[in-house]
Amino acid sequence: MKLSKTFKIFLINIGVTLAAILASFIVGAFFILLVDVNPITVYWKLFEGIALNPYGLAQTLFKATPLIMTGLGIALGFKANIFNIGAEGQMVVGGFACAWLGFTFAGLPAFLMVPLCILGAFLGGVLWAAVPAILKVKTGAHEVITTIMMNFIALALTNYLVTYFFHLPETVHTQLTSQTAFLPRLDQYISAFKGSPANVTLFLAVALCVAFWWLIWKTPYGYEIRAIGLNPSAAETGGIHIKRTVLMTFLISGGLSGLAATNFIMGYKHYFEEGFSQGVGFMGIAVALVGQNNPFGIIFAALLFGALSHGTLVINALVPKDIIQILQALVILFVISANLLIKKYIARLNEDRS
Amino acid sequence: MMTHRGSMRFNILISSVLLPLFFSGFCACSPGEKFDSSKPAAGLVFDVGGRGDKSFNDSAYNGIERAQKDFKIPIDYIEPGEGADKESALRQLASGHYGLIFGTGFLFTDDINTVAGDFPNKKFACIDYAVDPSKTIPPNVLAIKFKEEEGSFLVGAIAALTTKTNAIGFVGGMDIPLIHKFEAGYRAGALYVNPKCKVLIGYAGVTGEAFKNPAKGKELALSQIGKGADVIFHASGSTGLGVFEAARDKHIYAIGVDSDQYAEAPGYILTSMIKMVDISVYKTVREYLDGTFKGGMREFGLAEDGVGYVYDRNNKDLIKPEIIKKVEELKKLIIIGKIKVPNTNR
Repeated sequence: MKLSKTFKIFLINIGVTLAAILASFIVGAFFILLVDVNPITVYWKLFEGIALNPYGLAQTLFKATPLIMTGLGIALGFKANIFNIGAEGQMVVGGFACAWLGFTFAGLPAFLMVPLCILGAFLGGVLWAAVPAILKVKTGAHEVITTIMMNFIALALTNYLVTYFFHLPETVHTQLTSQTAFLPRLDQYISAFKGSPANVTLFLAVALCVAFWWLIWKTPYGYEIRAIGLNPSAAETGGIHIKRTVLMTFLISGGLSGLAATNFIMGYKHYFEEGFSQGVGFMGIAVALVGQNNPFGIIFAALLFGALSHGTLVINALVPKDIIQILQALVILFVISANLLIKKYIARLNEDRS
Repeated sequence: MMTHRGSMRFNILISSVLLPLFFSGFCACSPGEKFDSSKPAAGLVFDVGGRGDKSFNDSAYNGIERAQKDFKIPIDYIEPGEGADKESALRQLASGHYGLIFGTGFLFTDDINTVAGDFPNKKFACIDYAVDPSKTIPPNVLAIKFKEEEGSFLVGAIAALTTKTNAIGFVGGMDIPLIHKFEAGYRAGALYVNPKCKVLIGYAGVTGEAFKNPAKGKELALSQIGKGADVIFHASGSTGLGVFEAARDKHIYAIGVDSDQYAEAPGYILTSMIKMVDISVYKTVREYLDGTFKGGMREFGLAEDGVGYVYDRNNKDLIKPEIIKKVEELKKLIIIGKIKVPNTNR
């Protein structure tokens, strides 16, 4: 039986990625030994707390949801050679817009309120990506610099707005949004998930993955993005309007990151809180890289990092939380190095054919 | 050739990593197994600052560690990140065999309320719980509050009796009611003993950043020193390190907060207004074990040894004995209710 080339590549990808993760855990064991704890105990507790425990599973889904969205946003940018590392700021602004709409138009019924808040989160992200996007296509200013600066502005601006205009006394958050903006939690349907804020925005994230796949592979616009990503000058010669496509892609990338805020705001706390984003925008870069800019790879990577993020709490009684951060960093290093090896191998495979 | 070298490297990897792993498997035992799980146990969730902040969180940790030694009960703690992890960390402990769970800091208020509702058989305690008059505290939650204004009153009196310029300063961190309590008590104490004393006030900001901005702290302190202040009290987290630096540069006194901060600038720290988070944690564990734990609000003031000031061999040369005598009198008056200390300045 002869395997098709794509399937073979797919299998290699999965195998090598899993091997890389395993390797990172083995190296991680060294660091655990350094703090005088048995790594097997730690890994077993990690596994038990995440995979054998319904609450742990639900927490992993909760943590993975926004990572999928920021991961998609960043991956979309990568496809068109845009290095959008402003997902954190885009998510924060999206979150503020989402919560603000939720408590300002409190009278609206759910069937209007829910789309309004989701749209608000999206547009907040678009707005925050618009500045670096326009700067990029008009002046050539590099988005790595501009988006990272926009992150600082987003955090400072929303903190200012909350502190001076919107906070409740003795808190660092706004008032609650209207009940009509609350999205149902999964524990309403699956009682084993009780207590976990995992919510239906998970399905939004998965739907976005499908939409991403369709957009990139099944539409002319997706073809343009891929062409720009592979070879901008060839794309231009081929008649693609590069600036317009880059601008559009950048804005949608920001919007996807903005949507990541719905998980916390519409699904969990129902208010905007300073620091709610918790670095999800930055972690999204790792998710996009480990997921190889593929929407289904991104789901996998988001689940992995979501599990590790919840795992921090699970094993924190045994080891300092820095250990898990080291583990996360090792996973990123190993998987990305492994990806490069796979790329070389595929290139050789193609050479052999020709 | 390539593959051969590759596999050899792999062998080295296996033998160097897996072998110690297996051996350690036989000798090490996890901390979770050291204790009999049928015994009552206590857990603690730290604030964002986490262990090693030399202040609030460490003080809570000291309290629970002492309880562990004295009462021989198992304890565990979790250091969550920001935001969504606080609730999850509390649940983690509540769903384990821990009967009493602490949340360290006012940011835990909402999460403790939620988790306590889901675990009615477990006890919870929240340090600096933000009391919302429109809501009742769940019956299994102890809201631990401190009368920071009473301790601040005493250090305010010390400052106003020590100043030679008749001007003292206060540097607050975040401009919020919790810090206003320090300011109000300090000012009241100073004016009580020295009505002509000028009290200069400065706040570092309006966000959480205001508690970790030493440069801003130094700037505020230098400006107060410029206006004549020669004793400055801070209630501003690590922003206060800048206040200490200004005190050292300009040879004036600073007053520490939360725990004894003498070591931060020996010779320039007149005293510290201390908040006995450790005592409150220790007492709560004891009551939980006695079966006398009661939910509701509990305030730790001078009468309960919950707040106080430092006077020991480090600073006994800095404060005149007659000042201490006077301050001790004030302390008694506050405890018996003769002096009512204001807790707000607005």
